[in-house]
Amino acid sequence: MGLLDQQFKDENIVITSVEDLLNWARLSSLWQMGFGLACCAIEMMATSASHYDFDRFGVIPRPSPRQSDVIIISGTVTLKMATRIKRLYEQMPDPKYVISMGSCSNCGGPYWEHGYHVLKGVDRVIPVDVYVPGCPPRPEALLEGLLKLQEKIRNESLVKKPA
Amino acid sequence: MLTEFGKIFIFILIAVLFVVIALIASKLIRPARPTREKNMTYECGETPEGSPWVKFNIRFYVVALIFLIFDVEVVLLLPWALVYKEFGMFGFLTGAIFLALLGLGMVYEWRKGDLEWARPKLIPPKLILDKNKIDINVSTEN
Repeated sequence: MGLLDQQFKDENIVITSVEDLLNWARLSSLWQMGFGLACCAIEMMATSASHYDFDRFGVIPRPSPRQSDVIIISGTVTLKMATRIKRLYEQMPDPKYVISMGSCSNCGGPYWEHGYHVLKGVDRVIPVDVYVPGCPPRPEALLEGLLKLQEKIRNESLVKKPA
Repeated sequence: MLTEFGKIFIFILIAVLFVVIALIASKLIRPARPTREKNMTYECGETPEGSPWVKFNIRFYVVALIFLIFDVEVVLLLPWALVYKEFGMFGFLTGAIFLALLGLGMVYEWRKGDLEWARPKLIPPKLILDKNKIDINVSTEN
């Protein structure tokens, strides 16, 4: 637990203003973990490139989970990879977010029935914030997913949730 | 009125304050939830293999040292090259002696074989067995 995070019982004007500042800062620079799994990663790269320009939302690919805020699970999560994904997610510092991109990581996709080697949805190993549908999703869809994540972060609170 | 050193002092003060304030602010804001897995060595999601404090080949050290010497040589020779004409023969000889000393060191390590990357031939120590003195019981006990 940090000094501010989830330390308050109820809201007041000071807390909500600090919240607004923190949330704005967090949602404006979501550093992404450079992490591609399958064909969705090609779309993710296209999103990062100049035409769709992920950078304008403050999304910069980082080579290490220590420096990243969001991990985009872009593609088929095989069972072998699932343990690695789990560890990479655990190694990211809080606050951390997950975007599940594409049918494969949402629910197993085309491998949902006979894919003996595919995890049926990445949400079985890590908590997902935003699901982006598509096979693969177009870059616009990923951008939309990111905007949804930003909306989610904008409403975060320093107040401790009632258990 | 500030002296020139006073300006440097203020510069240092601001630099220190900048770092301290940034550290305190981030300490205040960030959530800290360390876990065993989070504190683990990062090896691309794999289980860390062995200690990161591995031994490097001593040759890297020699090469780095040679590089450092000639790096410094370039740094020292650049200003010398700009002004040595003004000092005439004396300036030239000073630089030449400096270069000669380094060159001598270079010749020495070249001769010694430190520039060869391949391992010199090792002569493994040979165990000379005296058949009369071998105690079989000792070797089987371990």
